[in-house]
Order: sequence, then C-alpha cells, then structure tokens
Amino acid sequence: MTALPAAPGLGFKAEHFAEIRATRPALGFWEVHAENYMGEGGLPHAQLAAIRADYPLSLHGVGLSIGGPGRLDRQHLARLRRLCDRYVPESFSEHLAWSSHDDAYLNDLLPLPYTSETLEVVCDHVDEVQEALGRRMLIENPATYLLFAQSTLPETDFLAEVARRTGCGLLLDVNNVFVSATNHRTNPAAYLAAFPLDAVSEIHLGGFFTEALPSGPLLIDAHGAPVADPVWDLLEEVLARRGPLPTLIEWDNDVPPLPTLLREAERAGQALERYRGGVLARAS
Amino acid sequence: MLAHPDVVAAFAGGLRDGALPPGVTAPNPEESALRFAVYRNNVAQSLTEALGRRFPVIQRLVGEDFFGALARAFLLSHPPASPVLLAWGNAFPGFLEGFPPVQGLPYLPDVARIEVARGLAFHAADHDPLPPAALTRAAQDPGLTRLRLHPSARWVPSDWAIVSIWHSNQPGTEAWPLRADRPETALIFRDRGFDVPVHAIGPGDAAFLQRLRDAAPLLACAEAGSRAEPGHDPAPLLGLLAQAGGFIASNTEDQP
Repeated sequence: MTALPAAPGLGFKAEHFAEIRATRPALGFWEVHAENYMGEGGLPHAQLAAIRADYPLSLHGVGLSIGGPGRLDRQHLARLRRLCDRYVPESFSEHLAWSSHDDAYLNDLLPLPYTSETLEVVCDHVDEVQEALGRRMLIENPATYLLFAQSTLPETDFLAEVARRTGCGLLLDVNNVFVSATNHRTNPAAYLAAFPLDAVSEIHLGGFFTEALPSGPLLIDAHGAPVADPVWDLLEEVLARRGPLPTLIEWDNDVPPLPTLLREAERAGQALERYRGGVLARAS
Repeated sequence: MLAHPDVVAAFAGGLRDGALPPGVTAPNPEESALRFAVYRNNVAQSLTEALGRRFPVIQRLVGEDFFGALARAFLLSHPPASPVLLAWGNAFPGFLEGFPPVQGLPYLPDVARIEVARGLAFHAADHDPLPPAALTRAAQDPGLTRLRLHPSARWVPSDWAIVSIWHSNQPGTEAWPLRADRPETALIFRDRGFDVPVHAIGPGDAAFLQRLRDAAPLLACAEAGSRAEPGHDPAPLLGLLAQAGGFIASNTEDQP
C-alpha cells in the first residue's frame, strides 16, 4: 500500500465534482468522510470512483466511537472494510473521541478522560480496527471544549502511548491544537513540543469560529472558515521539526467555491515547499 | 471515580436532559455548563441539519423554526441507530402521523414518504439497465416475460395531492396555490444521470407496478392495471421507465 504524498489535499465535495473533472487541479490527494459513502450505489460511488482513479485518497471516519466503552460496532467495521477493499485508500483515519451511546449515534466527536482505563479501551479498539481492516490506521487529536477532573495523563502522552502500543499512526490536526489550547488557556507551542511528531503521517488544517465566555474566547471547531494565521504559524513549527507531510484543508460547512479551497491548499503547499529537501538544507 | 461506561452514560444523558455530567471541568470551572452546552447544541443542531437535508420539502412546508422543534422531538424518540446518517429518517413519516401538532397538515406524512423514497433511490444499488433490444423482445411475449424493476423504483399512493405539493415546494420556486384534497400517487426512481425525479402516476400504473414488483409476467401486470383503471394503457409508464434505465433484467427462469 502506498502512502499519501507529502502535498496539500482537500476534502472532496460533490458540488465541486464537475469542476474537478474539467480542470484536474494539481493536488496531492482528496479526503472523504467514510460514512457519506456507505450507501449501496448511485452518485456518491460514481463520483468517488472517478476521483479515486485520478488521485490518491484519504478515507476519514467519523463514526467508529473509538473512545467509547464496550465493543466497536461490528457492522460499521464491516462497512469500513468494504470501502477500504473497494477504493484501496492510501490512508484511513479516525478520531480520539466517542460518538455513540446505547446504540444511538450522536453525530459529534465527544471528549473522554485520559486515564489508564481509557488508554486500554482506546488501544483495544485501535487494535480491533487495524485487525479488521488489515491496515495501519491514524488517530486524530480532538478539539475539546471541556476537561475531565479524573484525567491523569496529558493528551500528548495519551496519544504517544496509543501509537506506541498499537503501532498506529497519528493525524495531527493543528487547528484542533490551537482550538483546544485556547479553550483550556494553555500554550499550543508547548502542546506541539510534547506531541509525538515521529508518529504523525498526516496534518489537518481548518477554520474555527469564536464565541465569548466570561473568562475569554471559546473557539469552536466548525470547519466553516479559512485557516487562521496562528494556525499557519503552528504549521511552520511542525514542518520545521518533521519536514513536509500530507496536509489537508478541512472546510465542511458553508463550503466556498473550489478556487477558494485551492488557494488555501496552495498556501499549505508553499509552506510544505519551504521544508522540502530537509530542514538542515533550509537552515544552511 | 466513575468507570468509563458511567462517564459516557452520564455525558450522553446530559446531552439529552441538560444535566452537567460529573467530572467535567474547565480552567474556570464555573464555566463548565456553558462549555457543555456547546456539545449539547452541536448534537441537536447537526442532527437537525441532517434530517433537514433528507426532508427539505417538509422543512419548507412547516418552516425552519417549527422543523427544528419537530426534529428535536423526532430524535428523542428515534435517534440514529448507526453513524450512516444517509439511512436515518425512514421512520419520520410514521412519526409525523402520530405527532399531534401537525395533524392540521394531513398530507405531511405522505410528502415525507416521497422524500424517504428519494433518499433510498439516490443510494440504491447500481444495476446495468436492460438494453432497448431486450425490452422490445420482451414486449413480443408478454404472457411469459417478467421485467425486473430497478431497486431504486418506489411509489407512494396518497389521498392528498402529494406530487403537486412536492413540485410546488422546490428550491428556487414560489409555492403556488393548489387543491390538496385529491388523491395522487408519486413514482420515484433514479435515472441514468443519477437524478431522482418525482412523477405522478394513476391507479392503473400503480397496480401494474405492484404486479411487476411481484415478478408477474407483463400480461398479468397489464390485466391488474386494467382492473384498477378501466382502459389503462401501460405504454407511457413503460416508456418512461425504459428511458430512465428503470428495468434491469428480463428473464423467465430465475424468478418465481
């Protein structure tokens, strides 16, 4: 299985399909939400097959509830397996979050405490996914609005340990780093300094919107705006340490015209270029 | 300290009833409730939007605010059972039938059934359409030939003018006045360009289609059509479906 190229990618939107086919934009890859392609047939599969024929593909799940207790949904794992078999994506990723309870799907990425108990739960689930799909997966750091008093591990240590025990890779969402650090009044650069960057195989960038709390801003990870300047700055820090990586622009709500997305991707591509040929080469 | 299943159960319970789950905190702990409300709002809002994408005509008929209230009531009694949201909402028409605040709009459940059928048709399995030559051959031996309808094809009979209501409430159109209390049957299928149009069909067409779906030979389908609607001619319906790729195989052997 080949890897995603260390180049910019975009989330594929059905409304952009004709323009993509007509203009074949130079992009490293497209990413899709797995759950949107779990119907039996029709337009979504016709479009995805055509996109996949021309570009590398990243399959990004939002529904496995890896951070939830109990067993994973076997039917959902089987659906993911069918998608992986059909489209052979270069990458499959999911979230450090839970999204289902008592057989009800809540359609949000919900937070979990970081303890030795939840570490075992998450590692067991990652093992189960990697076994069911017959491939290595990536786990993404979440954007959170709350903390848990019972947490005993920093999120960075938790993710490092998941990667170490299961062999999974990590998807570093730099916007989530900024959103969570701002929300929890901590330093995003310190989070990145503690993050196990060696395990990172993909980067996500996206836009947030800002609400006001009495104590200061609360950033909401809404994927409906351009990437903010401080997030671009954090990207540079990651690239300086790791060199170029597959880098996705996420824009899922109030989706703009394709050229707007391509401009964001181009900006990411320029950042990646600055670190191509090795960090040392750039410094000399 | 709560075990993880209890943490998640309390959090999920709070998403439903608003109670702040134990253990959640923030740099300013007194703001925990405001922060928890973000999750609560995300869940309700994102699922309301998902239901609205599946039922845009219902949303337009009742208005966005009322639809939001409808969606919240629906998701309390019928939360999505899987992360595949494109399959969520098949129970919405039945829910509308039993929901007292919409009893003044008696056509609403059947209009919602059109939208359910369109969603199912949009995502139905792919099949190669029957070639025109095979259809011509089939017509020559109607006593034996059985045609298979594409799995996307569905129809919704109603005492109300649901096809007219559906057409007059499409995006970019201004709803026109119409008489709602006359029966219409909607035919829904996915065409070769992946569109899912909504056609009005008569009682003869509906009876014909029902026998077709039951794998009856064409002649028996036509007889059922004539019984339901004297003088019924199935040719226009057959032409419409044939052009759209609505038939997928013709055989006399492997059908009951």
